[in-house]
Amino acid sequence: MIAFDFEYYEATTLKEAKELYEKAQAMDKKVMYYNGGTEFITFARKGKAYAEVVINIKNIPDCNLLEVRDGTLLIGASVTLNAIVNAGFYPLLEDVVKRIADHTSRNKITIGGNLNSQLMYKEAILPLLLADAKLEIFGEEGIRYVPVQEVFNKKRTLKQGELLVTIQVATENLQLPSTFIKRTKMSKVGYPVVSAAAIIKEEQFRIAFSGVCASPFRSAAIEKILNASDLQIDQRIEKALREIPGKIVEDVNGSSAYRQFLLTQVMEDMYRGLEVGK
Amino acid sequence: MKLSNGKGKMVAPLLINGEIHDVIVRSADTLLPILREQLGLTGAKQACQNGDCGACTVLINNQPSHACLSLAIETVNQSITTIEGLSNSPMQEAFVNNWAIQCGYCTPGFIVNSHALVTNHPNADDNIIEEWLQSNICRCTGYEEIKMAVKSVLKTSSE
Repeated sequence: MIAFDFEYYEATTLKEAKELYEKAQAMDKKVMYYNGGTEFITFARKGKAYAEVVINIKNIPDCNLLEVRDGTLLIGASVTLNAIVNAGFYPLLEDVVKRIADHTSRNKITIGGNLNSQLMYKEAILPLLLADAKLEIFGEEGIRYVPVQEVFNKKRTLKQGELLVTIQVATENLQLPSTFIKRTKMSKVGYPVVSAAAIIKEEQFRIAFSGVCASPFRSAAIEKILNASDLQIDQRIEKALREIPGKIVEDVNGSSAYRQFLLTQVMEDMYRGLEVGK
Repeated sequence: MKLSNGKGKMVAPLLINGEIHDVIVRSADTLLPILREQLGLTGAKQACQNGDCGACTVLINNQPSHACLSLAIETVNQSITTIEGLSNSPMQEAFVNNWAIQCGYCTPGFIVNSHALVTNHPNADDNIIEEWLQSNICRCTGYEEIKMAVKSVLKTSSE
């Protein structure tokens, strides 16, 4: 049971959502946008999330877009992970989101919710980082478009009161050679000890990671090393490991040494899978 | 649109198993206790309350969903089907015929999910069956019989 009460609204336009948010803020009330709600409900039950006003944004049409328009794939923030899989627009994103939680939960979890999760994994970000996706964000100054790296790379997130509307990916980046590897502690369903997605674009290897550091990341320094054709593959991986941009996580799912070991394996498997260096 | 204020309760009309039921909810109530305690629909079981076990699975707009992970208030205007709405369905009979039951606590959730599986994927292969059934946990570990039940319905419907 959630042990606190909140006012509950369903917004049908971005303008209405913003007005409700600002009104609650003006009254000094703790306010939250609500999408799939899986994290809010589970966290609220455990006392890890709290709100006095909850604004459900799932009925806003812009947040439900899932279509290709003028050479760009538009994915609304309220689109569920299973809807993304069923749509079949972006194979790498499908591979990644199919491994988030379980099938039933993916009928509720939205891509916007995954990207805004308080948990460190946010695996749906990986293909978006690789494809240089743009985000349509609605906030105080109206709509703004921002590269995904500027908002969700490492620990940065949306500003207070901002609302993710759509994720936008150029269609030229949807069908590139790609691979995704996720290693969990035990079963197929679970948080990653290490997960990584990679693509080849213009003969260059791009890679992004989750489960390794305190937040997902894509690193230019790591990619430069991994594309250094004058080095053997094992040398590249060894050097790349030294460029991990933060402390490697040590928790109940795995020690940092084990994660580093897995990272080496995962990168080797990715090179093999994408036939890099042949 | 404001659906509820923070303090009081509201009457919410929920469409469950084809009938409208007026229930009294706090905005913070999840669907599961409303089904069980106000409507006596005790087939959906309370277990993890965290979306991990699938014991509370119901259909919302014909798709499996955890009743513990939906606010009751957000299911207004949605079509909800519980295990009670699948009485005498082919999947229920298949679970009986294949002995896909041990202690029975997980069974309603499995039947609801499996019913949706064969409805959405009448030609489901092993990969699809595995993907869908990963959503439910049977602590008695009777998974083989459950898979047999699902496959028997798929086989019958393809004949």
